[in-house]
Amino acid sequence: MRNDTDPRNEQDPKTMDENPSRTATTLRDGTGPSQQAVDMANLAEVEDAKLRQKTGKSYSQGQMVLRKFRNHRAAMPSAVFLVLIFILAFSSIGWAGIPGWWDKSYLTSSTVVDGGAPTLSLVPQWLGGEGIRWGEHPFGQDNTGKDYFALVMRGTQQSLIIALVVGLVSTVIGATIGAIAGYFRGWIDSLLMRLTDLIIVIPLLVLAAVLGRMTSSLDAGIIPLAVVLGLVTWTSLARLVRGEVLSLREKEFVAASVAMGAHPARVIGRHLLPNTIGVIVVNATFAIASAILLETSLSFLGFGVQAPESSLGLLISQYQNAFTTRPWLFWWPGMLILAIALSVNFLGDGLRDAFDPRQGARTARRNRRLGTFGISGRDKALDRAATETSAGAGGRDVPATGALRPTTTSAELRDEIHSDDEPHGGPRRHGDRRKGRNRPDGDHPGGDRPDEHRRDDQEPRD
Amino acid sequence: MLKFILRRFGSSFLVLLGASVLLYVLTINSGDPLADLRESNAENRDYLMQQRTQFMNLDMPWYQRYWTWLTGVGQCFIGQCELGTNRQGQEVVDLLGLAAASTLRLVVLATVIAMVFGIVIGILTAIRQYSGMDYAVTFLTFLFFSLPVFWAAVLLKEYLAIGFNDWMADPGFTWPAAIVAGLLLGVVLQAVLAGPARRRLFTFLGAFLFTVLAIPYLDWLNFAQYPQLGPVVIALVGAAAAVGATALGAGLQNRRVLYAGLVTAALGVVSYYATYTLLWDPTWTTLLVLAVVLVIVAVAVGRLMGGFSKGAATIVSLFTAGVMGLLIIVEHLFRAWPGYLEIVGRPISTIGSQTPNFSGTFWEDFLDKGTQLLLPTILLALVSLATYSRYTRASMLEVSQQDYIRTARAKGLGERQVILKHAFRNSLIPITTIMAFDFAALIGGAVITERVFGWKGMGEMFATGLDQVDPAPVMAFFLVTGTAAVLFNLLADILYAVLDPRIRV
Repeated sequence: MRNDTDPRNEQDPKTMDENPSRTATTLRDGTGPSQQAVDMANLAEVEDAKLRQKTGKSYSQGQMVLRKFRNHRAAMPSAVFLVLIFILAFSSIGWAGIPGWWDKSYLTSSTVVDGGAPTLSLVPQWLGGEGIRWGEHPFGQDNTGKDYFALVMRGTQQSLIIALVVGLVSTVIGATIGAIAGYFRGWIDSLLMRLTDLIIVIPLLVLAAVLGRMTSSLDAGIIPLAVVLGLVTWTSLARLVRGEVLSLREKEFVAASVAMGAHPARVIGRHLLPNTIGVIVVNATFAIASAILLETSLSFLGFGVQAPESSLGLLISQYQNAFTTRPWLFWWPGMLILAIALSVNFLGDGLRDAFDPRQGARTARRNRRLGTFGISGRDKALDRAATETSAGAGGRDVPATGALRPTTTSAELRDEIHSDDEPHGGPRRHGDRRKGRNRPDGDHPGGDRPDEHRRDDQEPRD
Repeated sequence: MLKFILRRFGSSFLVLLGASVLLYVLTINSGDPLADLRESNAENRDYLMQQRTQFMNLDMPWYQRYWTWLTGVGQCFIGQCELGTNRQGQEVVDLLGLAAASTLRLVVLATVIAMVFGIVIGILTAIRQYSGMDYAVTFLTFLFFSLPVFWAAVLLKEYLAIGFNDWMADPGFTWPAAIVAGLLLGVVLQAVLAGPARRRLFTFLGAFLFTVLAIPYLDWLNFAQYPQLGPVVIALVGAAAAVGATALGAGLQNRRVLYAGLVTAALGVVSYYATYTLLWDPTWTTLLVLAVVLVIVAVAVGRLMGGFSKGAATIVSLFTAGVMGLLIIVEHLFRAWPGYLEIVGRPISTIGSQTPNFSGTFWEDFLDKGTQLLLPTILLALVSLATYSRYTRASMLEVSQQDYIRTARAKGLGERQVILKHAFRNSLIPITTIMAFDFAALIGGAVITERVFGWKGMGEMFATGLDQVDPAPVMAFFLVTGTAAVLFNLLADILYAVLDPRIRV
C-alpha cells in the first residue's frame, strides 16, 4: 500500500482535507484489479493539490506565455511601438485608395519652403525652443518640394507589408522543409537539403537582387517583391529546424509516439514542431527584421522599390550625400528602419522567452536596479541555475519563488564558483572542499528540496 | 572519414552546378538587356541592337548560352579560364582578379574578427547571464542586427573617419577626456571580470587609475604620431599571453604548460631582435616563411616541454607565438606610421580600397591598405559579430542546462574545465552551421559596403552586371562566392562530424 507508506500523506493534513473522499476510499478497500490505477490517479491528484497549494493559482499554457511575454521588459514596449508605427503609417496617408488624415501626398511636389527644413519641434518655449508644434512639413521637404513626412510614411508602409509577407512565407516554407527533412532523413533529407544548399550557395543579397530586378519590371507593386524575398529567406530556418528535429527525433517521447503508431504528420505536428517553437519564433522574427533590412538594401542598390514609389532604403540612397547640408533627409528614414527592425527583434526575444517551457517565470528579473551595474545579476543567475538544474520532469511549470528555492544548493554552487576564481590547488584540495561540504541532513531526500524532486525519488519504487 | 568528405564534396559540386543554372536563367531573364538602346534616339539604333544581340548571343536559347559559359568555366581545370566578356568587351577574368583580391581581403578579415570576438563575447554573456553586461551586450547585438549597413556607413564616415583625421592633425587628450575614458574602461572591465563587490571595486579602481595615468603619458610620448611598443612591452604582453592561455587552457598549476608558454614568449623577444633587419622592408614571401618557422618552433617547444600534457602545451605555445608574431608586426607598422602620415596626411580614407598611385615601403603599403580596410571591416564585422555572439550565447545556455554539465560539476571539475571542455565544445556544434552561411552572406553584404565606400570590388562588378542584364560578371561573382560557400559548408560538415560522432552520416 503505497499511500500508507508514503509519509507525506500523513504529515500533510491539508492535502488530505482537499480530497477527503478519494483518499479515504482508497485507504479502505485496498484490493482489486484496478487498485494500481486508482493509486496512480490518487497520487497524481495529491501531487496536484500540493502544487496548487504552493503556487496559488494554475495557469494554462496560453496564459503563461502571455504572462511571461507581458513581463518582458523590452518586448512589450516594442510591441506597443510597432502597433503605433503601424497605425501611424497606415492612417496618416491612407492605403489602397482609402484616404488618411494627412492632407499631402507623397507623389505631388510643391514649392520648397525654408530650404525644406522640418517644421517639427519638440522643445517647448520655456526651454528656449520654438515650442511644441507639428507644422506644415514636420519632416521637411525633399528636393522637389514633396512632403517628406508623406514619403517616409509611405516607405514605412512598404517596409511593414514586406516584413509581414516575408515572415509568413519564409516561416511556413522553412519549418515545413526542415521538419520533413529532419524527420524522414534518408533520401528525402538529402533531396531537401540539397535544394536548401542550392539556395544558400547563392548569396542572399545576390539572389534577392536578381529576383527584385525581375519583379520591378513587372510593375505590380511590392507584393511580388515580398513573396519573392520570402522564397529566398527560408533556408536558415529550414537548416536550424532540421538540426533541432534531428536531435529531437532520437528522444524517447518520439520513439514512444512512433511505437504507438502515430502518423509521421502527427509526430511532426504534435511532438517535433512544438518543441522547436523557440527556434521557429526567434527565426521568424529575425527573418522579418532581416527582410526589412534586405528590402531597404535592395532599394538602396536600385533593385528593389523603384523611384516614383517610396521606400525607406530608396530615400536614404537618394539623399545620402545630403547628410552635411540637410541631415533630416537622411536621419528620418534611417532611424525608422532602425527602430522598426530593433523592435521586431526585441519582440522575437520576448516571444522566445515566453514560449520556452524551460525558462521559469522570471518574476525576480523585474526588480533589479543594481543589476544594471552587474552587481546582483550573478547571484541571481546562480540561483536560477540551481533551481533549474534541480527541477525534475514535473517541476518545470512551478515558478521559482523564494519559498521553493533550494537555498543550500545555490549556496553550494556559489561557493564552488567563487573558490574557482582562485588558482587551482590540485585535486587534493578539491576533495577536501567537497568533504567539508557534506551536510548533516544530506541523506534526507525530502529535507528542504522542492517538491518535484521528491516525486523523482519515488519513481523507482513504483 | 575520407569517403564521407569526398561524398560531401561531390554533392557540393552538383549543388554548385544546379545553383549556377538557376542563377544564370534568373539573371538573363531579370530584365531587358537592350532597354537603353530601345529608348535611344540614335540613327543606327537597329544596327546597335543587332550588334549587341550578336555580341551577347541574345539570339541563342538559354541552355546554349549557359553551355557556352560552362565550357568556358570548365577550361579553368586546364588553367585557361574563360569567363566571357562583359558588355563593354572587357575580359571578366581580368576584372575578377582585381576585384576578388580586395573583396576577399575585406570579407576574410571581417569574418575572423567577428568569429573570434563574437564567440568570446557569447561565452562571457552566457556565463554571466542576466548580469548588467549581459543586458548591455544583448542590447548592442540587437542594435547591430537592426542596423541598415549603408546608413551606418555614412555615419561612420562622418563621425569616425573625418573626426579621427581631424584629431590626427593635432592629437592630444584633455583631462576630462582621459577621466571619462578611465571611467568607461573601469565600468566595462568590472562588468566583464565580475566577482564579489570588493573585487569589482578593485578592478574598477585599477582600470581607472591605469587609464588616467597612461593616457597623459602616451600623450607626452606623442604616441598618436610616433607610436612604439619597445621590447619591454612586447615581452610583458607576450608573457601575459602565455600566462593567460595557460590559465584558460590547462590551469596555472600545470607548470609544464606554463613554462612552455613562457619559453615561447622569450623566444619571441629574441626573434624580435633577430628578424629586425629582415623585417625592415620584407616581402609577403619573407613573412610567410617566417610564419611557418614560427609555427614549427612553437610546436617543437610545446611538444618538447609539454611532457604528459603535450597537447595543451602545444596549443598554448602556438597561441603565444601567434601573439608574439602579431606584436612584432605591429611594432614594425608603428615604425612606419610617421612616414605614412607624411605621405597621405589624413590616414583614414572613406573612398576606395587603396590610395591611388600610392608607392612606399612594404609596411607603408600595408598601412595604406589597412587604413582603407578599417571602416568597411568594422561595419561588416559588427553585424556578423552580433550573429556569432548571439548564437554562441544561446547555444552555451542550452548546453549548460544539460545533465552532463551537472555531472561534470558534480564530479568536482573546476569551472574552467566545465565551461571550456564540456560546455563550449558541445555548444560549437550549432555555431559551425552559422559559420557556413555567414561567410557567404558576408560576401553578399560586401556588395552594399563596396557601394557605399566606392570600392572597385566584386560587389560593384555584380551590381553593374545585373544592372545591364549581363550574365558574365554576375556569374563570375557567383563563381567566387559559390565556391567559398561550398568550401565553408564542407568545412562545417566535417566539423560537425568531428564534434559530434552521432551525426556522422
